Amino acid sequence: MKFIKIQDCYKVYKNGVTATAGLNLEISKGEFVFIIGATGCGKSTLIKMLYREEKPTKGKVIVGGIDVAKLRNGKVYKLRRKLGIVFQDFKLLPKLTVFENVAFPLNSMGLKKSEIKPRVLKALELVGLKEKVRSYPNELSAGMQQRVCIARAMVNSPKLLICDEPTGNLDPETSKEVMDVLDSINKELGTTIVMVTHDKDIVNRMKKRVILLDNGILASDELKGKYKAHETV
Amino acid sequence: MKPFRILFRSINDGLRSVFRNFSLSTASILCTTITLILVSLAILVSINVNSFTKDLEHDLTIVVFMDRDSTDEDAEVIQRKIEGLSNVDSVEYASKEVVKAEMMGESDTFSAIMGSWNADTNPLQNEFTIKVKEAKGLNKTAKEIEKYDKVDSVQYGEGMVEKMVSLFGVIQKSTIVIVVALVVVTAFLISNTIKITIFSRRNEIEIMRLVGTSNFVIRLPFLFEGFFLGIIGSIIPILITIYGYMFAYDKLGGYLFSNIIRMVKPTSFVFTVALVLLAIGAIVGMFGSFRSVRKHLKI
Repeated sequence: MKFIKIQDCYKVYKNGVTATAGLNLEISKGEFVFIIGATGCGKSTLIKMLYREEKPTKGKVIVGGIDVAKLRNGKVYKLRRKLGIVFQDFKLLPKLTVFENVAFPLNSMGLKKSEIKPRVLKALELVGLKEKVRSYPNELSAGMQQRVCIARAMVNSPKLLICDEPTGNLDPETSKEVMDVLDSINKELGTTIVMVTHDKDIVNRMKKRVILLDNGILASDELKGKYKAHETV
Repeated sequence: MKPFRILFRSINDGLRSVFRNFSLSTASILCTTITLILVSLAILVSINVNSFTKDLEHDLTIVVFMDRDSTDEDAEVIQRKIEGLSNVDSVEYASKEVVKAEMMGESDTFSAIMGSWNADTNPLQNEFTIKVKEAKGLNKTAKEIEKYDKVDSVQYGEGMVEKMVSLFGVIQKSTIVIVVALVVVTAFLISNTIKITIFSRRNEIEIMRLVGTSNFVIRLPFLFEGFFLGIIGSIIPILITIYGYMFAYDKLGGYLFSNIIRMVKPTSFVFTVALVLLAIGAIVGMFGSFRSVRKHLKI
């Protein structure tokens, strides 16, 4: 079953820049997909369309049965509750503890404290940070902060995890830790993961599906892909 | 219940935000306070002027003197005509004999002089005393009656009263203009405070959006913040309205400037004014906040 369907998708910004030009793509439930390509090739726009931060100018982007282009602004939250997003810059709130940061989405949904606690602890256990509940983000290493960010994205048990260069700010060793967490989420929970990255080593090592974008179009799509020698990082 | 938990959290967040941006909140609160004090003064003055104008209007009379050769039949015709006028509240007729008797009763001198007058030699005139409903139309009503046949002359405040009443009207209208202008300024100031709160919490708002918080839940705390700024700003004006007016009433003995202008008793109306101030504060706060949220909170 296809979880993400992108059909003849064009995205042209108001300043005339074309981010995607007639993109066609399908991603099945439970897949782990890397999206790679040079800067400005449309990777970020593509994943922004998946969580409806951007709308396609033409064509269809369907995520979990929801047509993103037709989704009204007031209903976007319904889509976002079905997915988790991990950012390069973590986007944690410095004045909240690890527990409060992870509980943040559930709190804003108005869940009961008794419902929130077990879900937060489970998410933190998933990323191996259960013992850090009372710490503040600035007391943690960058890798740990990214894992907190993953826990926050997973707390709502999403079907899809969108990762926007999650290892972009991390050293190779820490990147590996984070990738191990993502891999186990994919394998154990069956969560679909779409990850944008520039990290050649990670892509080559993980041997997952690799989608290469070039000037807004699909340049290659390989099931156990790798970075090729001529591809820019 | 989920909606209540969201509501409670929004109230909590809104209130916390008031104290988190304390200096800005203080500016907004002070502006609301000053505006509402002026609003309160305007309302109190307006109520008092209104009451005084009503008192004045109640006492306003037009005296109509009939021609000396007019008869009681003429008087009946004229009385019916006067009663048909829209601004006339009551009409009282006194024949010259009645007037003479009244005057004789007032002093011995009058009594001595007037005692020798009979119906033919009585130089006084038959008269009507008319009470009007509104001071505004006094002049018009008097002029209308003056045109009637068998009416000799008409006497009334000759413009003085009207001028006073219209002056009060001008005072009332100008206070309304000033108050509206101040209310608008306050709304803008509160709007600005909220704008800065939104800016200082932009990271939090961005994360809320991305983790699937509904727009309504994101906006609610800011609306409550504006609401609280307005409510806090109305506390001092409310106290001034209730206790200040009671104090002024006691101190002045219930009269303003002279015994003519009677103040309205500080009964339940001061509490009504206080409620109005609270409502204005809350509405202006929420409106200012709403404006900012709509303009600056892009979600």
